[in-house]
Formats: sequence, structure tokens, C-alpha cells
Amino acid sequence: MKRKTRTTPRAKAAAESRVTPSRSKAAAKSRVTPSRSKAAAKFPPRPPTADTDMLWSMYRKMVQIRKFEEHVWDVYTRGLMPGLAHLYIGEEAVAVGACAALRDDDYITSTHRGHGHCLAKGARLDRMMAEIMGKEAGYCRGKGGSMHIADMSMGNLGANGIVGGGFGIATGAALSAKMRGTDQVSLCFFGDGAANQGIFLETANMAAIWDLPVIYLCENNQYGEHTPSGKVTGAERIVDRAAAMGLAGVRAEGADVIEVYEIIAAAVARARRGEGATFVEVMTYRFRGHHVGDAATYRTPEELKWWMENRDPINLLAERMIKHGIADQSRLERVDEQVEEEVIEAVEFACNAPLPPADQVGEDVYA
Amino acid sequence: MMAEITYREAVIQAMAEEMRRDDTVFLIGEDVGPSGGIFKCSEGLFDEFGADRVIDAPITEAGYIGLSVGAAVTGMRPIAELMFGDFSLLTMDQIVNQAAKIRYMTGGQCRVPLTIRLTMGAGRSSAAQHSQSLHALFAHIPGLKVALPSCPRDAKGLLKTAIRDDNPVLVFEGKLMYNDKGTVPEEEYTIPFGVAEIKRRGDDCTIIAISSMVGLALEAAETLSLEDDISVEVVDPRTLVPLDEETLVDSVRKTGYALIADEGSLRYGVTGELAALISETAFDYLDAPVKRIGAAQVPIPFSPSLEMAAIPNAETIVDAVRALRGKNQR
Repeated sequence: MKRKTRTTPRAKAAAESRVTPSRSKAAAKSRVTPSRSKAAAKFPPRPPTADTDMLWSMYRKMVQIRKFEEHVWDVYTRGLMPGLAHLYIGEEAVAVGACAALRDDDYITSTHRGHGHCLAKGARLDRMMAEIMGKEAGYCRGKGGSMHIADMSMGNLGANGIVGGGFGIATGAALSAKMRGTDQVSLCFFGDGAANQGIFLETANMAAIWDLPVIYLCENNQYGEHTPSGKVTGAERIVDRAAAMGLAGVRAEGADVIEVYEIIAAAVARARRGEGATFVEVMTYRFRGHHVGDAATYRTPEELKWWMENRDPINLLAERMIKHGIADQSRLERVDEQVEEEVIEAVEFACNAPLPPADQVGEDVYA
Repeated sequence: MMAEITYREAVIQAMAEEMRRDDTVFLIGEDVGPSGGIFKCSEGLFDEFGADRVIDAPITEAGYIGLSVGAAVTGMRPIAELMFGDFSLLTMDQIVNQAAKIRYMTGGQCRVPLTIRLTMGAGRSSAAQHSQSLHALFAHIPGLKVALPSCPRDAKGLLKTAIRDDNPVLVFEGKLMYNDKGTVPEEEYTIPFGVAEIKRRGDDCTIIAISSMVGLALEAAETLSLEDDISVEVVDPRTLVPLDEETLVDSVRKTGYALIADEGSLRYGVTGELAALISETAFDYLDAPVKRIGAAQVPIPFSPSLEMAAIPNAETIVDAVRALRGKNQR
């Protein structure tokens, strides 16, 4: 993995103020696409505010997701997994930063591009890979596959094959938490595509009127399947819809795991205090196609290159950890190697695990 | 001890008793709060249980059914009301893609104790978007249960069972039955799913009647007994999913004749499914082909004369039985 260490004059200034929901509106003004925003290209590597252990943990988790997804690509192209695989590579900072701000008993709902969310919320590599390969040892005993992994014991209420399918479940979990008198919060991951689904307005409206402890986290990776988001979205900034829906709104740089963490932590704190829902839009980018096998001809190689060179969330965190003396290259590489071994073990486990016997087909239709 | 109450009161009593019994039960729907609902089916509940448990939802059916799914998988036991069954069509993703499948897709990691109360039936000149009987759509979907009470006793007993069930259950209430009176036990009771009831015993012909058709079938049976000396057995499945195949099939094997009556559209619906069941399991016992009646293949029209022409009534049931038994229709 290549890493560049680079600082800009803006870094220091930006570093001095913590990103809070109110402040980051200014930061969000720049639309982070290569053609439009030169300012955004000067990514400010601020000194991290999270503690050292948390940084290492976030680094490790992002690498875990990256390597896991690379191996999903590998098993897919070797014909070892059935169905479809939507890879999260490039977006790791969003899931990791967001889930770092959650407790184990908080809820998430995930999307078709959900492997990263699931791992970030604490799922095991081996049971994840087993599910993706349709094995009985998988989280869903082979009944869900890549698009439906859930781990309810860790608050992951499930990925969803329907774009926008998580809005109802996440908002309902927040209603439930409130009715049961807990301080649990619920976080709904969704994409720029799902932001245009009608159910978003319906559920967000109820979150607003009842001050539900829910966070709507829009991962704006700028493409809904094969279509550029801007072509099908009637708002320059999706987060601008927040005010109209009666929600607090904030936009963040999705490649910066610390910024994501801080913004979600602030939203979580609001929710736990009973102050209601927050709509967070993070600008991100997927380094692979919509699914494995998609050649992504709808975007230019230059655009992809820009994002990979300037907005790789793992490289960005590594640079900052090195710059601030928290990490050195060899220690980072050791983590990478350890994680690679863990993922390989998970793949081996999944490859060797049996398929579910056919007589399980009728199980769990009804409780 | 028995008490005489209306179908509406039976629904209210069922919800009130279950809400008293279990703190996780709550009601959500349009106008279910202080106003008591458009059909007055939640009258008194807001006063007893308050705004936290009797929740007026915005007019966003997909949204609040979606919330109910999320609440159900995280420890609550929602009752969601769709005032007109027609509005269920706005919620199909939440019911069919989410509620019905989340347990199965996740390998049994969760339960979905969600009750959806909704109405069915024409006869009120409400036209095509407030009159449909759509239960067949949901009975088609694995993962859902479907109950259709036809009298106050069943309305109360089946709804209580639905609320206690750990699966998504759709309870279809007949709009024209809300004012019907009937006796219910005064003591606590529930009615299990998957147990049909023989509403009238007979030997010459079986009518399998669903929901609103049960009352009409009983009326028709009386006419046929008096005028034609035909002894009709009326069987009400009460729940389509799960289905008490045994009671239905045993009745047909006994009488040798079967008429199936349902207010849903005739084609590709409940009557076709039950006719297939009978042909698969009682073919050798039949003395005539299975006959079925349902709504005409038209959107339900507004004008009373047209509306009556689109849905079955007691006379059409009488005629159908006479035809089955080889008697001339008048």
C-alpha cells in the first residue's frame, strides 16, 4: 500500500477547531469532486483528536474492510461465491468513523453495499465470509448472502437489498428505544440514490415530529448504480433537505475517519440527550464499480485516479498518524500483514464450511 | 357468561386487553388517537393509554408501517392500522420485502411481532380506491399470516392471537360488519390461528366462505333449507395463513359439493387456491366440479347499482348452490 505524507498550509488552521455539526457547514461548502473543487483537493491533515488507541483501532478496522473486500473480489472472480458483490472499497472511513461513535447496543441498518458497515459494527470476518459464500456457518445460515447480512447481537439490524429499505427499520428501532426508555440510538446508512426514495421523507418526518434518536447517514458516493447522482438529484447538496424535513443537518468529508467520527459522535450525543434526529451527508467515492464485474464506464479513469490518490481514507489516516508520531511505517505494515492473515483465515474457514442442507429451506419463515 | 357486543367493540376490547396485559403493545395509525379512528375502532384507547401508546401517525402509510417493522424487531409489539385496506398498496415494500422476509433472510435472528389491522369490502359507495378486498395479495407472500374474522367473537379472539403472535399478521376487518352484533365470552379467550369453524352444519353442500361472505352464506343456507330443502354446511377458514385444510376438505368429502365464496376478485385469488386444494385432496369425493364466486373483474364502481353488480350477495350464493346441485336457477 502506497502512502504519501503531505501537509498544506491550511492544515494547521483547520486543525485548531474541532469539527462540530454547526461549524462544518462551512467546510461542506466545497463539493468534493475533482473537477469542481480545487480547495477540497488540499485535504487538511489535522492532528487527530481521538485517542491513540482509537486511531489504531480505526486504522485496523479500515484495513480489515479493505482487505476483506479485496478477498471478496477474489473469491467472486474465482467463482467461489454466488450472487452479487457490491464492494465498499474507498468508503471505509464512513462506516468505521460512524460505528466508532456507537455502542454495541446501538442499532444500525445497512445497505446493499454493506460489508463495511457490518464489520465496523463488530461482525466476525469468518462468519461474514461464510455468509457471502452461502454457507451454513454464515450470519444468516446462508439465507441472506452479501446483501442481507445482519448481526442482531451487535445491533446490526441488517443490510437491505432494497435501496432505501433501511429507513423504516432504523427509524422504528429509534421509536422502540424511546418507547422502552433506553438511551440507545439508531443509525441508518444509505446512499445518494436512496436519498431520493419517498420513504426517506416519510420516516424522517416522523423522526422530526417525535424527536427520535436516529441518525440518517447519507454516504454520497456520487453514483446511484451507474448514474451520476447530480443527474438525478434536484439538490446541489443533499443535506440541504435536512432543514425542510425538520432535521439538523451537517455535511462531512467522508474520507476523513476522524471527521466522520466526530460528527457522528456529536449527533449521537444529541440523540442520547433526547434532542432528536440528525441528517449527515458525507462525501465519499467507491473505488470499484457498482458490483464486481461492473467496468464503471460511466466515469473517467482520471476521476477515479484523483479520488484514489487524494481521498484514500486508509492512506490519509496513516499519513496523519505518522506525521503526529503515533505510527511509523513498519508498525502500520505489521497491522496490514496481521489483518491480511486474519482475512485469509476467514476465507479458508468459509471455503471449507459446508453449504446448508436442503432440508433447511423451510426453516425460519415463521417464528 | 356471554355478552352481546358489536364487531367494532370486539376489536377495541381486544386491543385494550392486550395493551393492559403487555406494555410493549402500542397502536399507531391515522386518526387512531383522540378522534378514535375513522371507523371509531380505537375509541377510548387514547384516554386509557395516552399519546405514547396510541399514536396518531402522519398520512404516510409506508412510513409508519416501516417504523412498526423496526419497532417489532427491537422489542415492541406494534398494532398498525391502515384505515382502508386499499392503502396497504402504498406499504408493499415494508410489508412484503421487509416485514415478511427479515426473519428468514437473517437466518432466524429476529422475530417480527407486528399486527396490521386493515379493512376490506365494498358496499359503501366508496368507489375503486376504498373498497377493495386485497387479502389474497398478502396470503400469497410467505412470512405473513392472514386472518379474516367474520363475527364479533372471532374479531376479538383472532386479534388477540395476532397481537401475541411473533410474526407479521394482517387482520382484515369487514367494514360493513363493524356494527354487527354477536355474543362473545365475557372471560378472557383467544382463538388459535389455523382452526376453521363450521358456522352451520349441513350434509348436501359445503360453502367455504371468507369474511364478509360468511354472513351472506348463512343467509343463503337458510333460504336453501326453506325453499329447496338443501342442507348447506358453511365453513369459515378464519385464517388463510395458516390454513386449516383438514376441516375444509373433510366437509367437502362429506357433502360432495363445494362452493367457495370470497369478496376478492375472482381471478388468481383465494377461491382459485381453495378450489385447487379441494381438487388435489377431495377429487374422488366430488359429485360436481367445484364452483366459486367472487368480485367481478372490474374496479369496484361507485354508483350503488353498479357496485351491487360487482360483488356477490346472498342471492348469487343461493343461485350458485342450486346450479351446483343441478337445480334450475330462478
